[in-house]
Amino acid sequence: MRTIPLLREREKQIFDKAGNGTFEMACDRHSLAGSVSQRACVFCGSRVVLYPIADALHLVHGPIGCAAYTWDIRGALSSGPQLHRMSFSTDLGEREVIFGGEPRLYKALCELIATYRPKAAFVYSTCIVGIIGDDVAAVCRRVAREQGIPVLPVHSEGFKGTKKDGYKAACDALFSLVGTGDITDIAAVSINILGEFNIGGEAWMIRQYYERMGVQVVSVLTGDGRVDDVRRAHGATLNVVQCSGAMTFLAEQMKERYGIPYIRASYFGIEDTAQALYDVAAHFPDDPGIRERTETLVRDEVAAVMPELRHIRGDLEGKRAAVYVGGAFKVFSLIKALRLIGMRVVLAGSQTGNADDYAHMRALCDPDTVILDDANPLELSRFVIEKQADLFIGGVKERPIAYKLGLGFCDHNHERKTPLAGFEGMLHFAKEVHLTVTSPVWALLRRTP
Amino acid sequence: MLLRHTNAEIKERKALTVNPAKTCQPIGAMYAALGVHGCLPHSHGSQGCYAYHRSTLTRHYKEPVMAATSAFTEGASVFGGQANLLQAIDNIFTVYEPEVIAVHTTCLSETIGDDIPQIVNKAKADGKIPEGKYVFHANTPSYIGSHVTGFANMTKAMVDYFAESGPRSRTVNLIPGFVEPADMAEIRRLATGMGVASILFPDTARVLNGPLTGKYRMFPEGGVTIDQLRQSGTSIGTIALGVMASAPAGLAMDSKCKVPCKVLNLPIGLHDTDLFVDTLRRMAGVNVPETIDLERGQLVDAISDWHPYLHGKRVGLVGDPDQLLALSRFLIALDMRPVYLVTGSPAGKKFEESLRDTLSDMGDDLRIAVPGDMYLFHQWIKDRPVDLLMGNTYMKYIARDDDIPFVRCGFPILDRMGHSYFPTVGYRGALRLLEKMLDALLDRKERDSSDIEFELVL
Repeated sequence: MRTIPLLREREKQIFDKAGNGTFEMACDRHSLAGSVSQRACVFCGSRVVLYPIADALHLVHGPIGCAAYTWDIRGALSSGPQLHRMSFSTDLGEREVIFGGEPRLYKALCELIATYRPKAAFVYSTCIVGIIGDDVAAVCRRVAREQGIPVLPVHSEGFKGTKKDGYKAACDALFSLVGTGDITDIAAVSINILGEFNIGGEAWMIRQYYERMGVQVVSVLTGDGRVDDVRRAHGATLNVVQCSGAMTFLAEQMKERYGIPYIRASYFGIEDTAQALYDVAAHFPDDPGIRERTETLVRDEVAAVMPELRHIRGDLEGKRAAVYVGGAFKVFSLIKALRLIGMRVVLAGSQTGNADDYAHMRALCDPDTVILDDANPLELSRFVIEKQADLFIGGVKERPIAYKLGLGFCDHNHERKTPLAGFEGMLHFAKEVHLTVTSPVWALLRRTP
Repeated sequence: MLLRHTNAEIKERKALTVNPAKTCQPIGAMYAALGVHGCLPHSHGSQGCYAYHRSTLTRHYKEPVMAATSAFTEGASVFGGQANLLQAIDNIFTVYEPEVIAVHTTCLSETIGDDIPQIVNKAKADGKIPEGKYVFHANTPSYIGSHVTGFANMTKAMVDYFAESGPRSRTVNLIPGFVEPADMAEIRRLATGMGVASILFPDTARVLNGPLTGKYRMFPEGGVTIDQLRQSGTSIGTIALGVMASAPAGLAMDSKCKVPCKVLNLPIGLHDTDLFVDTLRRMAGVNVPETIDLERGQLVDAISDWHPYLHGKRVGLVGDPDQLLALSRFLIALDMRPVYLVTGSPAGKKFEESLRDTLSDMGDDLRIAVPGDMYLFHQWIKDRPVDLLMGNTYMKYIARDDDIPFVRCGFPILDRMGHSYFPTVGYRGALRLLEKMLDALLDRKERDSSDIEFELVL
């Protein structure tokens, strides 16, 4: 395969040992116009973070597209209400674009709140709302006053930054809910789990680990989320933040206003999950048994999955993986998790990592691993072929590219169907990787009479 | 369950769409542009738009879907997107090397008022469009029409930009409408079977249902070429399939190059395939070969074999306007009763009238919403259920909630295979639809029958 030309401006967003010598990634950049990036927009970031709050109303203010494309596409499970899985849109037309959409937004909100009596409402601004200048915040205030529930504007106009800015807009909306609930019954040994969206039921697993450690989980933000839990989140002693970008903003805000410290955690892979639990335990040194309970938990859980993991490792030893996902934190965990099952990461990259993230990624990887920021399909396929990967880990847009190249694929984004987090999740992950890497389909490429 | 949130009481909703039966123009434009050979669709708007379109198309086709974006920032939305589009054109031709770029607008760039032809001319003047390469565009404001409008606009743009008059050839232009790659291939196969040379556009066959080869090709085999589009202006006639998706392009061809255009229903089902075959026969001056008569005969044979199980079945459909019209006619031919019909597209009074005319025998049982949404449709179901549902994947929630047999058809289908490979147009396609409907109905009949009633032979 001939080498593809790289956009000169992108050279600094790619680290290939064969290419440039010093490691200095340019990232945190807006994508170049004309690039076939795999990234999304501000609205997408906000929608991802708030979507799992199942008893809230989520109204998309804009033309129909933004609501249609985000209708129930994420497997963020709820154990109760399913209101978040409906698609509500003001479906703006030409008339509103000319005369303004505020009256329509007002009517839509009143109608929906009357029908569903939600605990709170989130109103997402889309691109056009930012251009026509609707005062969404004013409409929200009015409806909140009249209906007696929190109605929160989410300033998520698509063009106002990157997906990360969307996370921040969502965190701002959440932060205005935090601090409005009763916290009298919350124990001293208590946490919030931040940045866990309960894809495939992962939040349930993680919550249960903490509960077995004797830690009260006040609120999961936002997996299987409920408005009342968010309101009480300031009663927790510690925030445990998963995922690099999404909810650090909220943790920062809560630290500043309520003095709640936060630590980072990842629940992908055995090492990182155990580390997360130990870190939380270490935060409560006054709790006499917590350390021991945590050790027992980790020991039992690891023992339960290790025999099968070892077996799987036998088949996967020496295979190569390419990892390209949204957040850099997940990449770190995946590198370690893959190592545990004998695989080597030959390409690593993310859509939203920052300079520190990439330095850390560099340190975790083998010297000849290619590192990419905000990659396009040509770059991805070029390096995947060059590095002879057997597996690609990515999201919806990468899956068919991997398949076309004849390699296995594992969705580590919102289309994963089984929980991949925690100890049990590691086993699911290993099985998924195993089934796709060893699938007979890749041998069917040529006619074999 | 998800749609347990549907309230049975129907109230008029003026400011609100719940569970839409449509999406916005740009995705239709992107899909149409993928039917041009070597074309990279380009979304002139925020980064999110094209990410969503690509994801949705990818989920539907299970294929890589390529497109680029102007990646609007706050600056662009204040000062206009000219700089972004110029840079994009330059970058795209430098790095991805497509034959052609098809620009579509978004709500953002439309509202700002970017003048795409002017920007493209500037790109040309600045030497950013290499010799022999092209940039064309369609205006696709997301707040007007629906995904079908976007498809129609981009298809019309192919005519506006490329069709050239000239000495008449014997070729017929076929505009297939917003249908699957497999349908486009089937329409061409029918024409070829009749010995008619055709130019089919757009043509997503082998673009969005390509083979696994171990290679990744950013621009796959299929698609209508710019040369073919140019020649389309010399064809003896155009058959535009589907009023909403294809008529604008067909009529533009007629007025631009004086190529007479016949607008027909989508060739879904027996009668509309008859109409297509007959129109094509007259236009090209050919005879219908035995092979196609055979296909027709087999379809009628199958209908006769199974008609007792179809009679009187009440069907609810959600879909795009062109599909609804053709499907309704097919269902009536099968002695079934299409009674509830919703499209999200604002297809207009005339469309609604032709749908009502087609379905006048349904009497008081008939409910039509143009435009409507799936929420309203579900409320009708709660009021009085039907025997069979037909629509895109989102309908499965209604099917589950009210325990009704369900046949997937339309866009998007996110949870089953088949639509990429097996057509629903033509006699063969009608046979497939018939099979799917019967499977759904008969599986249900057997599920619900007692051991005593459970029969071997049907």
